[in-house]
Amino acid sequence: MCSVCGCGHNYEHINDHENEHTHHHEPRLVQIERDILQKNSSYAAANRRYFTEHGILVVNLLSSPGAGKTTLLIKTIEQLKDKIPIAVIEGDQQTNRDAERIRTTGVPAIQINTGAGCHLDAHLVGHALKNLNLADDSLLFIENVGNLICPAGFDLGEQQRIVILSVTEGEDKPLKYPNAFHSAQLMLLNKIDLLPYLQFDVEQCCAFAQRVNPHLEIIHTSAVSGVGLDIWSDWLIQKMDQVRIQKQNNIQALHRKIAELEARLGNSM
Amino acid sequence: MHEMSIATGIRDIIEDTARSQGFRRITEIRLEIGAFSGVEVASLLFCLDVVLINTCATGAELQVEIVPGQGHCVRCNDSFLIKEFYEECPKCSSYPLRIISGMELRVKDLLIE
Repeated sequence: MCSVCGCGHNYEHINDHENEHTHHHEPRLVQIERDILQKNSSYAAANRRYFTEHGILVVNLLSSPGAGKTTLLIKTIEQLKDKIPIAVIEGDQQTNRDAERIRTTGVPAIQINTGAGCHLDAHLVGHALKNLNLADDSLLFIENVGNLICPAGFDLGEQQRIVILSVTEGEDKPLKYPNAFHSAQLMLLNKIDLLPYLQFDVEQCCAFAQRVNPHLEIIHTSAVSGVGLDIWSDWLIQKMDQVRIQKQNNIQALHRKIAELEARLGNSM
Repeated sequence: MHEMSIATGIRDIIEDTARSQGFRRITEIRLEIGAFSGVEVASLLFCLDVVLINTCATGAELQVEIVPGQGHCVRCNDSFLIKEFYEECPKCSSYPLRIISGMELRVKDLLIE
């Protein structure tokens, strides 16, 4: 049995045997009212608790296949790896190619192959965490499976969700796949160096994205020319500071509580 | 195809409930699926047929209630049916509207024997 979730028990479908007998009972309505994604949400909450306790900033990267996630990630890592500890979880249907590419930068990377699955879920991420030994106050990138639809519905416990859209795609993608853009905090408009060769209306694209999500921040990036990488790195460092401050506040609150309890205990002795 | 994950989620809820409440056979399952939940109902029903085989809900009738999207306009303090996330208020044209329904993914109730 694993210690993350207790999975690995022999899973039994109930009543396979009993169904063979014939029972006649009056039909009865049972109210359930349960959220189907509740299980994922509870794993996500456990992941988030772990990240908060350890001051780890977790960034979930969503995009269609080919938007340039891995290349951008490698450039970002090269820029930041001497300043902060970084680790990566790579999600793909098959192969270890992306994790191997990331490891060439010298940071640890774990590949999750989803097989028939089209997205990462919080349970898979929880398992990967056990093998990563993340440092406190570090940065964890989760590169989700290239897919703008399915990953949007699955909270992994991340604090920041980033959607990457490349200018070689249509500017109306935010309208066509609104869930991903609606749930993200930041959009990276990537491959911006290719603009001179394309008919891509940047202003229209950003307007569509912010129509779906008026709070969405936008940074223009190119992994090839390096445009926007400084702004993107600063954005990450600022979010890391927030997570670190949150952790310190939580620790101070705990210390206060301990002192309070000790004082109460002292008074009652 | 995240409908397969959703379908196994539904199976787990049903089996948990059957185990804890001790019933043997489910003849009908009622689901609430929000219009903005990102789930393709035909695909979900197909996946459910597969994952419910050899469970207490084998062959159960599947009823899906589509919950329409509804947005609330803070300025007008009124709610409206909407077809897209990003629709503006039909009265004052402001947006965003706060999404108050349409994201549901729930097992509502079961008919059991």
